[in-house]
Amino acid sequence: MATTAETFQAHGDAHDHAHDHDHKPGFFARWFMSTNHKDIGTLYLIFAIVAGIIGGAVSGLMRLELEQPGIQYLTIWATWFDGKPAEMNAALHLWNVLITAHGLIMVFFMVMPAMIGGFGNWFVPLMIGAPDMAFPRMNNISFWLTVAGFCSLMFSAFVPGDTSGYGAGIGWTAYAPLATYGSSGPAVDFAIFSLHLAGAGSIMGAINFITTIFNMRAPGMTLHKMPLFVWSMLVTAFLLLLSLPVLAAAITMLLTDRNFGTTFFDASGGGDPVLYQHPFWVFGHPEVYIMILPGFGIISQIISTFSKKPVFGYLGMAYAMVAIGVVGFIVWAHHMYTTGLSVNTKMYFTAATMVIAVPTGIKIFSWLATMWGGSVSFKAPMVWAMGFIFLFTVGGVTGVVLSNGGIDDNLQDTYYVVAHFHYVLSLGAVTALFAGFYYWFPKMSGRMYSELLAQVHFWIFFVGVNLIFFPMHFLGMQGMPRLYPDYPAAFEHWNQVATTGYMIMAVSTLIFFVNIAYSFVAGRKAEGNYWGEGATTLEWTLSSPPPFHQFETLPVIEDAAHH
Amino acid sequence: MESESATTMKFGEQARRAGSVISAIGLSLAALPQIALAQATEAAATATAAAGSYVPLKPVPGIGQPIDGAYGFQEQFSPTGHYALWMHDAILMPVITIVSLFVLLLLIIVVVRFNKRRNPVASRTSHNTLIEVVWTLVPVLILVGIAIPSITLLARQYKPAPESALTVKATGNQWYWTYTYPDNGGFEVISNMLPDDEAVKRGEPAKLAVDNRLVVPVGEPIRLQTAGADVIHSFAVPSLWFKLDAVPGRINEKVLFIEKPGVYYGQCSELCGARHGYMPIAVEALPRDKFDSWVLTQGGTKDHQPKAAEAVPAAADAAPASDTPAPAA
Repeated sequence: MATTAETFQAHGDAHDHAHDHDHKPGFFARWFMSTNHKDIGTLYLIFAIVAGIIGGAVSGLMRLELEQPGIQYLTIWATWFDGKPAEMNAALHLWNVLITAHGLIMVFFMVMPAMIGGFGNWFVPLMIGAPDMAFPRMNNISFWLTVAGFCSLMFSAFVPGDTSGYGAGIGWTAYAPLATYGSSGPAVDFAIFSLHLAGAGSIMGAINFITTIFNMRAPGMTLHKMPLFVWSMLVTAFLLLLSLPVLAAAITMLLTDRNFGTTFFDASGGGDPVLYQHPFWVFGHPEVYIMILPGFGIISQIISTFSKKPVFGYLGMAYAMVAIGVVGFIVWAHHMYTTGLSVNTKMYFTAATMVIAVPTGIKIFSWLATMWGGSVSFKAPMVWAMGFIFLFTVGGVTGVVLSNGGIDDNLQDTYYVVAHFHYVLSLGAVTALFAGFYYWFPKMSGRMYSELLAQVHFWIFFVGVNLIFFPMHFLGMQGMPRLYPDYPAAFEHWNQVATTGYMIMAVSTLIFFVNIAYSFVAGRKAEGNYWGEGATTLEWTLSSPPPFHQFETLPVIEDAAHH
Repeated sequence: MESESATTMKFGEQARRAGSVISAIGLSLAALPQIALAQATEAAATATAAAGSYVPLKPVPGIGQPIDGAYGFQEQFSPTGHYALWMHDAILMPVITIVSLFVLLLLIIVVVRFNKRRNPVASRTSHNTLIEVVWTLVPVLILVGIAIPSITLLARQYKPAPESALTVKATGNQWYWTYTYPDNGGFEVISNMLPDDEAVKRGEPAKLAVDNRLVVPVGEPIRLQTAGADVIHSFAVPSLWFKLDAVPGRINEKVLFIEKPGVYYGQCSELCGARHGYMPIAVEALPRDKFDSWVLTQGGTKDHQPKAAEAVPAAADAAPASDTPAPAA
């Protein structure tokens, strides 16, 4: 008897074997060799939060330096970092390392892991009634490759980048020839290699999602009955699968140009620097939809839940995402209007880019129509979702301004562009992430958070990020170029406002972490369906947190079930 | 190409020749007023004898440079700039403001009317084909409305310069610009950022002022070519609505047409390494005769442009093609 009980405990099992379906492995096996989609999703979310803290801290350093004209802090930081008195060029190189790190971390190691690896892994199998992902072990290696990629990027900060100092100062786009013969040190190789690793992880993740969604839906759940979050992940997975190999090709050519004497992007050997930008943006533009589409899915679920209504125009919503994904592949050169494209090329890309506003508009209006006539309760996730709709609209309309090749001749590479893409990503994707987090956190953890703190978090965040990014439109129109550590005195006013906004935003982020701590220490236990009648997708039929292995008997979707 | 320029012209220290007379006068004036007086008189006399006088234009505050706390674009001084600014202010800005406020209004109505207290029972409406068609087609029409002036603007910006137009080439280097004048004997001007105190002393904005400006004639189309000597740079002047990347191994080309004499500042707009923020651009537009005499001070020769028979029709050609007539200066 005693021996038997000990044996069970050694496996970390509960005593009552008859009721126990959770054969949870021990700590190391569970978290380092995990094949469980929920555990891997949790790992991704923790990883994304850690990376987000680092990337957010880097942007704090940038805003601090930009508060006044002149170089105030970079020389000091560079002196600490290099361990010797820093020259001006070392300080300025450090700035380029910071902007590069901020971009790469936020894109590849914060938004993507949180959206796709985190929420995707957690909720795609739950929402389609599947026991797990199709390839659980590949799921595990996807995560650890992402971690390895992050380590490679972090390591790059400690090896020489170019003659001026440590780290890769090439911008997140890594344009040749600055990223080839323009930066001689190994830091750039490590930064590029980090994208190879993270990209390989993402491709495997994409294969996993596509296979899971096509093959593992519960009986009765046709494609046209899938929740919109699953639709968004399906489109995202296809975008990843088709675009990341293009990035891999481009950055591999960078590596061979750097190390093996090829001249793909070197004019003196018959290559062309602009040749790099085409494949980069053939990846890069779908990439921005990869970051935002899962957010669209999250917002659709939340708005439907809290309006107690099915999503308005479900098919239009699903196929708008498909349309955004398809058109997203044929607009890349709008990032390259000033590179010397021919006028016909610019006209085509102007027109094609504008087309994207149509499916995006369908989504915005369908969300509004979903709320219209609803019985809306303004709980934290809903408030975040409504904030998303407004902020994403503001970011979207400036995208229409920038789509005009002739207007872009003034705005390209100015702070207007910075404002635009932070409105759709930092205020769009990140707001969607917080919305999703508050929506699903009790489902994942089994604990409710403080509603009051979540609301306070939203309002302080909303004020802060608008103060940071709205004045950047003005800076851009006045001509302030992006990626500058220093500026003429005439840009001081709005830069000061932006830095103030950053501090407000930082306070709101502290509240977020306090709220997480609160929920683990004192949060109420969450019921299975804590949102009530509006929450109709399959994850709400399970306990919070769901059992370690769910849907051992597959749920059956009735014809009458709504989306 | 890139290695040569990097070694022989780092920061332009050795190769600086153009305009050195002027800056020497300026420096000595500041340092040693008594001696400089004599020197200046002497030098000015020489300069006048050689080519008439060239005194760098004083920039006008708020013109050709950013204004602190401003909300919109810089004032424009080129035909395409006027058209683009009109398009932004009269079409794009109203449309995007209305769309954003419309969405905000609908959100507010939802908050007021469809909260769970006022509307305890949710409707089950989930389809309405008519409204879905409307909100697909209306944006399409709005976008077509935007696309027409947008395409027009592109066509105007890309109208090639007339054959007789003056050619100037701007080359981006880490981290300074060189300007060459192939039509004027091919001399080269090396343009570095002025130190802050020196810029202030000259009454120019710090971080924008340069030692030697890109001097061009006003009121005629100029064929501005850009190239990169090492990595990609970008030649950008916001008040002229002009931005063109300077790419190694390529020559990009676009028409620059400046309507008023003046100084127009810009900054490198493509990440090019450590001192990316410290290679500003200053364009000085001068009347033709003053431009010609400036060319002579640089050791250049007169280009073919002033031949009246050739220049006048060319300018007349270009003006209507480029834009609505410029407002009288």
